[in-house]
Amino acid sequence: MSAAPQKAKAGAEKIEVEVSAIVPLNDLVTRFEFTRRDGLPFPPFSAGAHTVVEMNDDGRTRLNPYSLMSDPADSSKYAISVRRDDEGRGGSLFMHRKVKVGDAMTITYPVNLFPLDLRGRKHVFLAGGIGITPFMAMIAHLERMGGAWELHYACRSEALGTYVDELTSRHPNKVHVYYDDKKQAIALEDLLDGQPLGTHVYVCGPQGMIQWVHKTAAAHGWPDENVHSEEFLAPQPGKPFEVRLCKSDIVIQVGEHESLLEAIERCGVEAPFLCRGGACGQCETDVVEADGEFIHRDHWLDDDEHASGKKIMPCVSRFVGKTLVLDR
Amino acid sequence: MTIQFNEETFRDDYSFRNSDWAIKRFPFPFHEDSYMYSVNMEQHRGGPEGSVYEKRFDVDEHYVSEMRDRAIVLADDPLRCQSLPHMTLAGWDTLELIMVSKSEDYPDLFELHRDGNRWRWINKPMGIDHTFTFLDETTLPCGPLEYITRQAQGDYAVLDQRNDMLYMDAGMITTQADWSLDFDIGMDFFEWHAPVPLAHEMGIFKRALKFLLNIQQGAPARRLNWTMTVNPLLDTSPENYHKWGVQKTTLTPENIGSKQHLRVELQTFYRLPRSNALLFPIRCYLIAFQDIVSIPKWGRRLHRVIRDLPEELATYKGFIDNRPMMLDYLSQYDDGLPTSPGVWPDLDTEPPLQK
Repeated sequence: MSAAPQKAKAGAEKIEVEVSAIVPLNDLVTRFEFTRRDGLPFPPFSAGAHTVVEMNDDGRTRLNPYSLMSDPADSSKYAISVRRDDEGRGGSLFMHRKVKVGDAMTITYPVNLFPLDLRGRKHVFLAGGIGITPFMAMIAHLERMGGAWELHYACRSEALGTYVDELTSRHPNKVHVYYDDKKQAIALEDLLDGQPLGTHVYVCGPQGMIQWVHKTAAAHGWPDENVHSEEFLAPQPGKPFEVRLCKSDIVIQVGEHESLLEAIERCGVEAPFLCRGGACGQCETDVVEADGEFIHRDHWLDDDEHASGKKIMPCVSRFVGKTLVLDR
Repeated sequence: MTIQFNEETFRDDYSFRNSDWAIKRFPFPFHEDSYMYSVNMEQHRGGPEGSVYEKRFDVDEHYVSEMRDRAIVLADDPLRCQSLPHMTLAGWDTLELIMVSKSEDYPDLFELHRDGNRWRWINKPMGIDHTFTFLDETTLPCGPLEYITRQAQGDYAVLDQRNDMLYMDAGMITTQADWSLDFDIGMDFFEWHAPVPLAHEMGIFKRALKFLLNIQQGAPARRLNWTMTVNPLLDTSPENYHKWGVQKTTLTPENIGSKQHLRVELQTFYRLPRSNALLFPIRCYLIAFQDIVSIPKWGRRLHRVIRDLPEELATYKGFIDNRPMMLDYLSQYDDGLPTSPGVWPDLDTEPPLQK
């Protein structure tokens, strides 16, 4: 035993995989299935977990988190479903356009920031669009364990209803689908009021939907700990800025289309991370000196911490101003 | 290697003994000549061959006797093993982790044959050969956590993780340093650590919680903790304090070398895959003072650590009254020579006692 404290590691443990299937589901969403290159079974995972997929995009490393949506009991493969984001930074475009069956890729061990509360007597799932993915694994798990659940799934249109057919044919009495283009909407207030004691609600979807569910549930007397959400933020582009990393003793430039975390990594400085989406807290970094304005975008720090200017989450947050010195 | 299992007791006549092999591989917890709390975590990924850190779940010469002692404790007090209803899946996770690890790490002692969910488990030292259905409780004689931890040395706390907090929601606790699962069940991380002095003020628990919440699948961690026990008692529980507490007054300058034991916990931390709970195995190792001082470096160092330990810690660890007698004994084995850094015995390089 060294008996010396260890610094947080960069990322979770890795698994070398091969792309075993690519299944287009509709105009926007494609499922990617992976098998292990060493032939061993995948580790079991808990429903709600994600994996970070490493992409080598012409020499540029992209690391994107995706919910594992395959059956957690199936150790022969892992699957993710990726929605193409034409306006995004390129990770989903890379997956859709460049990845081929048979490609070797690297993914991380499962990390769960959106677990089921196993005390729940009933689980109500609220999905918006691609937010359906973690619920696919949760449903498979609860079906096996005999848990009570229902799903309310809002999609833009029938054509973009990812997994709607599969879900409604398998679970006709538990799945409720709402199409935006038909002006259908989840009757959230009625839904919340009708639930038995011990019910937990889970929401995964666009930010507005998540806020709506939290707010409505709170207004209807739901305890916070019975309302769960997960939203991965993609880093947003912004004006380039300069940062001094005082422990590493270097000055780095953060480009318009890269995150602060990516710039730190590009310069060879190892920084801890897990989700890369502002949710897990691993990359939290102390600010030593700042003259300018922070653009905080994470869900990790609270409002006071954001206002204090003492901390930043480099995976999604940026800075505009003259000087920024970080303890990294 | 084949392990020769001791025939020994941890009560009544206290026939517990460490062999020379067990003494040399003892997890001595002090890496320098002084001790203070720290979040002294490191990855639990093997260690030097033959050391207690090498395997995921160390099996040693005390295995069979320790399991017999656990059965006695449970027969007297079944509440030493509890699992709240939502923790059954974590119990299966624990069973799987221990069975897979032991059968891979000790193939001559344990075998696991899996055909889908039909599992056959062979535990040779305990004479068990059992076929059951994974995730079907009706095919085991008791719950999965109790079943496997009746066959695994050390205590097991199973912590549910919810809302950025850990909860003591299940466990098998029979070899504990004076804490009670029945008292702590359902408590959160800060509640069950409330009695520990100094560490709260030092912010130790906030940092430790943050670390533990982020322990991920495939990346287990470990640390050591320690205290003192008079007589080689595994079960030093609050429930039985009336039986063992009084034994602390039986220490004399004549018997302290054989009666006074350093008690070290090898604590490991595993993220459980199916339940997302955190498994916290706490493995207890005991060693008599007379055996510690047979390693010159450890004799020198233990004297210095005990001498300089803050009063609050000696009180919390329950040996403040016996400290003067301990120091009288240990000072005979401290010649003032410097000690090498690190925890290892360094028998080949450290000089013998110079007095």
